[in-house]
Amino acid sequence: MALRVCVRSLIFSTRVQLWRETLSSRTVIRPFSRHHELQSESSPGSKVLLHFVNQNGTKMSVMATEGESLLDIVINKNLQIDGFGACEGTLACSTCHLIFDESVYERLEPVADEELDMLDLAYGLTKMSRLGCQVIVAPWMNDMTVRVPLGVKDQRVPQEAKNKQ
Amino acid sequence: MCLALSRLSECGIMRNIKRSFMPLSRLLQASTCPAALSSSARRLVSGCASSPKVCIVGGGAAGFYTAQHLLKARSDMVVDIYERLPVPFGLVRFGVAPDHPEVKNVINTFTQTAQHERCSFFGNVGVGMDISVEELKNAYHAVVLSYGADGNRSMRVSGESLEGVFSARDFVGWYNGLPSNQELCPDLSCETAVVLGQGNVALDVARILLSPLDYLKKTDITEQALQSLKASRVNRVLIVGRRGPLQIACTIKEVREMINLPETKADMLPSDFEGIAEVLKGLPRPRKRLTELMLMTLKVNEGGQNTCKRWGFRFLRSPVEVLPDADGKKVAGIRLAVNKLEGSGEEARALPTGQTQDVECGLLISSIGYKSLPLDPTVPFDPRTFTVPNNMGRVLHTAGLYCSGWVKRGPTGVIATTMNDSFETARTLLKDAASGTLDLSVYKAGAQEITALLKTRGVRAVSFSEWEKINSEEVRRGEALGKPREKVLDVKEMLEVAWS
Repeated sequence: MALRVCVRSLIFSTRVQLWRETLSSRTVIRPFSRHHELQSESSPGSKVLLHFVNQNGTKMSVMATEGESLLDIVINKNLQIDGFGACEGTLACSTCHLIFDESVYERLEPVADEELDMLDLAYGLTKMSRLGCQVIVAPWMNDMTVRVPLGVKDQRVPQEAKNKQ
Repeated sequence: MCLALSRLSECGIMRNIKRSFMPLSRLLQASTCPAALSSSARRLVSGCASSPKVCIVGGGAAGFYTAQHLLKARSDMVVDIYERLPVPFGLVRFGVAPDHPEVKNVINTFTQTAQHERCSFFGNVGVGMDISVEELKNAYHAVVLSYGADGNRSMRVSGESLEGVFSARDFVGWYNGLPSNQELCPDLSCETAVVLGQGNVALDVARILLSPLDYLKKTDITEQALQSLKASRVNRVLIVGRRGPLQIACTIKEVREMINLPETKADMLPSDFEGIAEVLKGLPRPRKRLTELMLMTLKVNEGGQNTCKRWGFRFLRSPVEVLPDADGKKVAGIRLAVNKLEGSGEEARALPTGQTQDVECGLLISSIGYKSLPLDPTVPFDPRTFTVPNNMGRVLHTAGLYCSGWVKRGPTGVIATTMNDSFETARTLLKDAASGTLDLSVYKAGAQEITALLKTRGVRAVSFSEWEKINSEEVRRGEALGKPREKVLDVKEMLEVAWS
């Protein structure tokens, strides 16, 4: 595991160096993917049916377009999820945390270290957790259900308080 | 809390994002009228006599998130935000590091809240100075205290007042343009800086001290701080904590940023990490990943690079005494007690071994935590925890009084923590209103009454549209320098721009 992290981080640090030259470090990997939408206007991507279950357990079903991020969908479709996407998809918070079914989770694109870093601060972290801003709709996701974590109570807070130096 | 800005030289893109990111206005179904109307005219439109009126003390993240939830949940609720400074957003403006612009994106949502027809912002009004909590309670159905943590935990060691010794709060306030910290003028002519504390603020300070100037000059760091950093000779920053690597308080993102700093290498002591690799397996994921990342720096460094700048954690050390230079005026070093751990894991305690170690440094920044201060004798305050005693945001034994953010739970956590915590307080308030515990049947005059009182005291508030004038001026000044903004550093000048 240590080796894996090591290798990954080295890969990432190369990426950061590349970014620094153009954008400075660690930008937004995928801020609201407007370009996807623009593209889709000229060549419409597949439509996919998605279900979101919010904090209250309410299920909301929407048609999404291939290439949108799950955060885009919540924002564009005005889904009622409190405080979703506070940093606007810039990998600077964990408020677009979503939980997937295992079968779906395993098919998602690999998770970057920066996303894991933010997920580590998320409420109700599970092994099937991802950030909605980093998950891009693909045709195979049709009929997928994603859940907003229920527990608003942060498991980390008491621990953090004890951590205080 | 702790972001990069040529990232925003994608500025065009970011503006587009901003425009398209209108979640709150949609959620709130804001009407289109407010911008053109004056605040009082808006109130006539929206705030009918029977509206529940809530005021929030403090225009930072906690205040805005509490307001957001209240406005969204009840279409009749009027929410006024009082802020001591003429400018809003609290630590999002004055605490979040200049190279963390992504975190500041929350300002877009806060701005939508402030522009909501049932929300008003009153800047330049100090609660506890210009107006009392009692007066606010008389004018509103409920008062929410969200004024943050304005004080510092003290090191309580001798020499703390020597030149070259600063609290991280003041140092951060200095480079972020907080008006009260502009006289700081830190001397950065030394090579080694020591930061006491290993939280995210400590890492922000270390990163700002070691970041390449080309990188910082594209952020909203003040020009004054940038000039000082240009002349800086600081090339080594030691970040000292009283416990071990497994108890470190910062989060992984901040450590990764240190590791990724260009032309800078990590300078850790392998002995600090003895036995650590063996216990990794049983750790919760966040702690495990953070520890693995620190262990990685040991390996990467074995090769030894020719870099001029270094940073490193120093563990199991507590401050004993700040050591003066020959003239007795300026810091020359810090005497540290060598600790050992009793117990293990998050609960482990640091106990002194009796040994000490002296570390030379010309700059000492204590970053051992903030604390809230009592606002007013009528408001309960727990002097041990430095918080307002409360039950889910409901201030104990004080009807109509609520709290959110750091004053509620202590100065810890990231922005999402404050968001959730503020939503919780808003839900508590709404529940009390629904159950009748919070009496909304009586008429309350709200801002009308407070504005009249302020007038008799010669206090003029800064409205949100007046803040927007300051904002535009700052952005204009920034453009000339290739920065997202150049902050106005002086309250008097802020007021002049606001009222121009």
